[in-house]
Amino acid sequence: MDFHFSEEQDMTADVIRSLLAKLCTPADLRRLMAAGTPRDDVRWQNIVEMGLSGALVPEVAGGLGLDAADFIRVAEACGYAALPEPLVENTAVALPLLAEAASDASELSRAMDGEITVAVGHPANPFVADADTAGAILMPHDGALYLVDPGSATLVAQPSIDPFRRLSSVNFDLEDARLLTNDAQPLLERALDRGAIFAAAQLVGIAQACIDLAVAYAKERNQFGKPIGSYQAVKHQLASAQVKIEFARPVVYAAAVALSQYDDFSRARVSHAKLAAASAADLAARTAIQVHGAMGYSWEVDVHFFLKRAIALENAWGTPAFHRSRVAHRVLTHPLGPEHTFAREQSDA
Amino acid sequence: MDLNFTPQQDAFRKEVRTWMEQNVPSDPLPSFDSSREGFEAHRDWEKVLHKGRWGMVTWPESYGGRGLDLIQWLIFEEEYYRAGAPLRVNQNGIFLLGPTLMEYGTEEQKSRFLTAMASGDEVWAQAWSEPQAGSDLAAVRATATRDGDEYVLNGHKIWSSRAVFADWAFGLFRTDPQSERHKGLSLIFFPLDAQGVKIQPIAQIDGETGFAEIFLDDVRVPAFNRLGDEGQGWRICMATAGFERGLMLRSPARFQVTAQKLVALYLAHQDEVEPSVRDAVMQAWMDAEAYAFSIYQTASRLIAGGSIGAEASTNKIFWSEMDIATHKAALSILGARSELLRSAPGAGDIGRWLDGYFFSLAGPIYAGSNEVQRNIIAERMLGLPRV
Repeated sequence: MDFHFSEEQDMTADVIRSLLAKLCTPADLRRLMAAGTPRDDVRWQNIVEMGLSGALVPEVAGGLGLDAADFIRVAEACGYAALPEPLVENTAVALPLLAEAASDASELSRAMDGEITVAVGHPANPFVADADTAGAILMPHDGALYLVDPGSATLVAQPSIDPFRRLSSVNFDLEDARLLTNDAQPLLERALDRGAIFAAAQLVGIAQACIDLAVAYAKERNQFGKPIGSYQAVKHQLASAQVKIEFARPVVYAAAVALSQYDDFSRARVSHAKLAAASAADLAARTAIQVHGAMGYSWEVDVHFFLKRAIALENAWGTPAFHRSRVAHRVLTHPLGPEHTFAREQSDA
Repeated sequence: MDLNFTPQQDAFRKEVRTWMEQNVPSDPLPSFDSSREGFEAHRDWEKVLHKGRWGMVTWPESYGGRGLDLIQWLIFEEEYYRAGAPLRVNQNGIFLLGPTLMEYGTEEQKSRFLTAMASGDEVWAQAWSEPQAGSDLAAVRATATRDGDEYVLNGHKIWSSRAVFADWAFGLFRTDPQSERHKGLSLIFFPLDAQGVKIQPIAQIDGETGFAEIFLDDVRVPAFNRLGDEGQGWRICMATAGFERGLMLRSPARFQVTAQKLVALYLAHQDEVEPSVRDAVMQAWMDAEAYAFSIYQTASRLIAGGSIGAEASTNKIFWSEMDIATHKAALSILGARSELLRSAPGAGDIGRWLDGYFFSLAGPIYAGSNEVQRNIIAERMLGLPRV
């Protein structure tokens, strides 16, 4: 028992954090928004050069074969920076799914080389994120999973409140698509868990970004002759939100470690992580707006980028109601008690 | 990162479980706060624990412990609560003063006090607050005046947990009469049956006498009873408070077992309650799990050589609020019967939920009010200005 990241895991997290601190500042986000382009090519190139694209693809399929726990703080860092590019969904959801369905697909190796990204249409999500920039789209249909060339499909943009989220509805002809498997269900279930846990990690990052923005503002902004951050009414709101973050983060990490069990215990933990992280992000974003006062309601202050991403991710990869019922299933049908905190299904007996 | 227990840890769990199954009293003991009889029954249980060397497993063997690490302590606690073992009457001693004594005490002080603490021979109360020094603890006025090899203690302490029946108390005293605020304070022990000590029990919200006022009138104690240097009291006191809030006082297992009982109560009544109750029950379970993950994370960090910081404060806020919400959920399941005493003929499976609810209301107040904790988080964790 050692609930502690390894030095290697610390290093990976540090690398992405400092890269994004340099290349994904709020000013960079605003520049991208003004340009109206989906991606910042320089930033994306830098991300690709980190060599993480195949991080969660098994080694037999040519990937790095890392665990979810190795990538979880990468996703957290992407949330913290409100990264527009699809590093998390491409690396942590789409490519592992493609590798499970067709480990020899040429699109997989091209994606791992960073030439293209792959998008996922998943029954949990009404629209497909980043389909318009993808080189291939994984689409379920009638219990089967297909690989779709975006050029042969009809994409209709579905603008999101989050200016950096690019959603589309995707229509395709079965003749134009490549059938990967007729039994997509188990693959899609695992993809949902991956989508949910890495969304949860991003939500924790978003929450912390909101608090950090609000703390910085509360130190600078003076009213009644003192920084507003010296008043308890402000301090206590920020402290309450920070408490929520502190008790979401370890759940996210523990769920990442359990992810590959793919049993009722790990699913409940993923769902718990998603719920806790979403509620921390929600409270942190609203608190940050309140602490900024009227500025918090303005376009000029950066908090809204995080608020909007939080709204999107709270309901992506399973709504809170969906995740609550998965938790209930584990609680009401499996043994409870402190000795089962780290349990897996086999050890029930 | 490895969230599996080692075979040794599993074996240790088994050992604890076996011992608990054989030794935990089958009937719950009477409360240690309402009668001498209940208090002594709990002291007897502490002696049984000590005989099995389970009194304080993290302490060195020389003081009656087993020299185990914090992960093993968590496993022990899980099995302790799983077995429904009695609450620790000496928690002020073993969880708060003990670790502080270990850090700041002289060898003579450690051998004088720690074993008697672990064995339950000496049960401890705390004597921090005063009528004018609550959240503003640095306002203490009680004095300890040096007289040769002794201190003469005078003052008025209040909200002293366990003081009604306990043997000893540790408290903050002003050793430098010219001093103000955090300076000039010392941590001093005194026997509660010493000449000049008067104990006035305070009836709590639930009618029990879990705390008391202590009046000290020229109470003489040897200078040996001072922990650390003169004037170091505030720092030592904060170290104690850090342990209390941080890790020891409320181990996760306590809340996980409560959540487990809540789920059982929900299952017994799920056809009668409205759907929203399910969400409250699940939230209680999730919160207890989250607290456990967080504490395992902290314990792993401490084992790796880290230290406990402001998370002592985040923990305290989290568990105290969780405890209220959990009991509130139980009361909502019990519905119109929730006001019944257990002795009421119609109480049925009402259990101790009402007692627990009242006790949970004290959580955001004791061990440093949650308002004080939020200040600590804001100032030390988030770096917000003090003034």
